[in-house]
Amino acid sequence: MSLLELKNVSKIYGDLHALDDVSMKVEKGEWVAIMGPSGSGKSTMMNIIGCMDKPSLGEVLLDGVDIARESGKNLTTIRRDKIGLIFQQFHLVGYLTAVENVMLAQYYHSIPDEKEAMEALERVGLADRARHLPSQLSGGEQQRVCVARALINHPEIVLADEPTGNLDEANESIVVELFHKLHDEGTTLIVVTHDPEVAEVAQRTLVLRDGRLVKETVNDHFTGVIHYND
Amino acid sequence: MNKKRKMYFRMITASLMRRRSRMLIALLAIAIGATILSGLVTIYYDVPRQMGAEFRNYGANMILVASEESFTLEDVDQSMSYIKQNELVGVTPYHYETVRIHELPVLAAAMDLEQVQKTSPYWNVDGDWAASDGELMIGKTIASDMQLGVGDSITVTWTPSAGDAEAETTAQNEDELILDNEMEMTITGIVETGGSEEDYVYMSLADMETLTGTVPDLDIAEVSVSASGADLENYKNAITDNVDAVNARLVKRVTASETTVLSKLQALVLLVTIIVLALTMITVATTMTAVVTERRKEIGLRKALGASDQSIRMEFLGEGLLLGGLGGILGSILGFAFAQAVSINVFSSSISFRPLLVPITIIVSVVVTGAACMIPVRSATDVDPALVLKGE
Ligand SMILES: Nc1ncnc2c1ncn2[C@@H]1O[C@H](COP(=O)(O)OP(=O)(O)OP(=O)(O)O)[C@@H](O)[C@H]1O
Ligand SMILES: [Mg+2]
Repeated sequence: MSLLELKNVSKIYGDLHALDDVSMKVEKGEWVAIMGPSGSGKSTMMNIIGCMDKPSLGEVLLDGVDIARESGKNLTTIRRDKIGLIFQQFHLVGYLTAVENVMLAQYYHSIPDEKEAMEALERVGLADRARHLPSQLSGGEQQRVCVARALINHPEIVLADEPTGNLDEANESIVVELFHKLHDEGTTLIVVTHDPEVAEVAQRTLVLRDGRLVKETVNDHFTGVIHYND
Repeated sequence: MNKKRKMYFRMITASLMRRRSRMLIALLAIAIGATILSGLVTIYYDVPRQMGAEFRNYGANMILVASEESFTLEDVDQSMSYIKQNELVGVTPYHYETVRIHELPVLAAAMDLEQVQKTSPYWNVDGDWAASDGELMIGKTIASDMQLGVGDSITVTWTPSAGDAEAETTAQNEDELILDNEMEMTITGIVETGGSEEDYVYMSLADMETLTGTVPDLDIAEVSVSASGADLENYKNAITDNVDAVNARLVKRVTASETTVLSKLQALVLLVTIIVLALTMITVATTMTAVVTERRKEIGLRKALGASDQSIRMEFLGEGLLLGGLGGILGSILGFAFAQAVSINVFSSSISFRPLLVPITIIVSVVVTGAACMIPVRSATDVDPALVLKGE
């Protein structure tokens, strides 16, 4: 059984099909990139997978559970227990320090543990910035705090919606490096990106256009051969 | 669980401490409300005391009159035994007698010169209060009519009337002139009241006894009691019923108005307090609504991180209650200062600190803030995390 499976998923706003009959599978430990022009439905798909939105039609099976049929309360629980989120705009709580922001995710998940949160910050190379407020951190540092926060509860899937969209190249490569580490540790990653460089390090790239899945690319890092299966 | 609670307090205190400028407005609203609240409640409870003292400044609230001809100091003492010692402010026995000064007849009041300062504290004495031993005070009218001043020595003359027992012995012989009694006295002060008290001269009962050669009978006694309403009525009845020589009467005008003015004032203070509470609640609700609205993004983020509606409500409520507590502490300190300032400026006396009012103020502001937070906190959980996190 796949970790995640979308079966004929549509999201319809009025007569706009933000997602139009999308089907796909993501295996455990896979690293998938999602690309596509603006307005093609990438964020819509991520919100549905992230249990923050429900599809209009279709099934979304996460660990065999159809999250399209779950109540809002259960969705919150599933999101809390299984999903780590990384956003383009970082979204840190402004009055909490870096380590407190990481602990916030622990707080809602289970029990806050400052030592563990510090270790997570260490992993993203921010141990010396733990007591800083977001306003005292650079964009790249803020995004690394977000990565630490997304990891802290050992989620089954990390969803990142344009995580490098607001970062310069140096910071982009730091974040991509972190994704590599996560992937090596067996975390399932779904990353929305406009940046081909970020997309091609993933194992698979899905391309959306007008809400439809139009292309799937498998990037074989070992052979250097890229398979296209349109 | 303990770690969780620690994080909870860490979050809400961080929210208050690190977002000081925003929270200051809410804190200010609560503190001002709490200040006025505790100030007004202090005044509310102090008004009777203050006003009671104020009204007693306008003289006695009970007088004793003779049921027959006159009464004695023993009757006064017996009467006073029916009044609680701590409620008795003062009692002044009076004996009136016509005397002559520079051959002009004037009314002399002989009384207890110490007690009169308690029953008639509004007397303004230019000079010194008279003591015994040939000292006397004169009313302002007499002073200006006779052109007398402080320090003058005068001769006070008293003529025994023919009917007096004393007079009979003096005038055994029809031909013999009735002899006047005379006494040299020194004026120590001029009495100013703006009323009929200015038409009298005042001396001690002892001097009157020396002048007339008899122990003076009492005509009236003025009593000042710090009681009102039914209590005062009970005292009056007890004295009238139990002391034969004396009838007690309430000085109706003052005691009645004392009670009505008091209750009106208290009602006014109560009304203002309720209005202030309502206004505080509105201000806090408005501020908290603004706080919640401004933090929609944060709420969305917390929900995205898996926060339940319940825990988000608890966080905002916690912040509100912490603000309420801080505002209450601040308010009870400032409120005392406020009440003290009002008391000193309006009643020219200081008020006593009421320790019980501190926890009450804090509890009330916590409850009011909590209630004011209910609506914005409810709406806080309406936020859709997907919409909020979409960014701009
Ligand atoms: N709440 C909504 N109501 C109506 N239409 C919406 C809503 N959310 C998204 N849409 C529409 O759905 C389409 C897909 O939006 P989505 O945010 O998924 O695009 P995207 O691929 O993430 O674009 P971008 O690269 O610019 O982030 C867009 O046309 C958008 O206008
Ligand atoms: Mg998007």
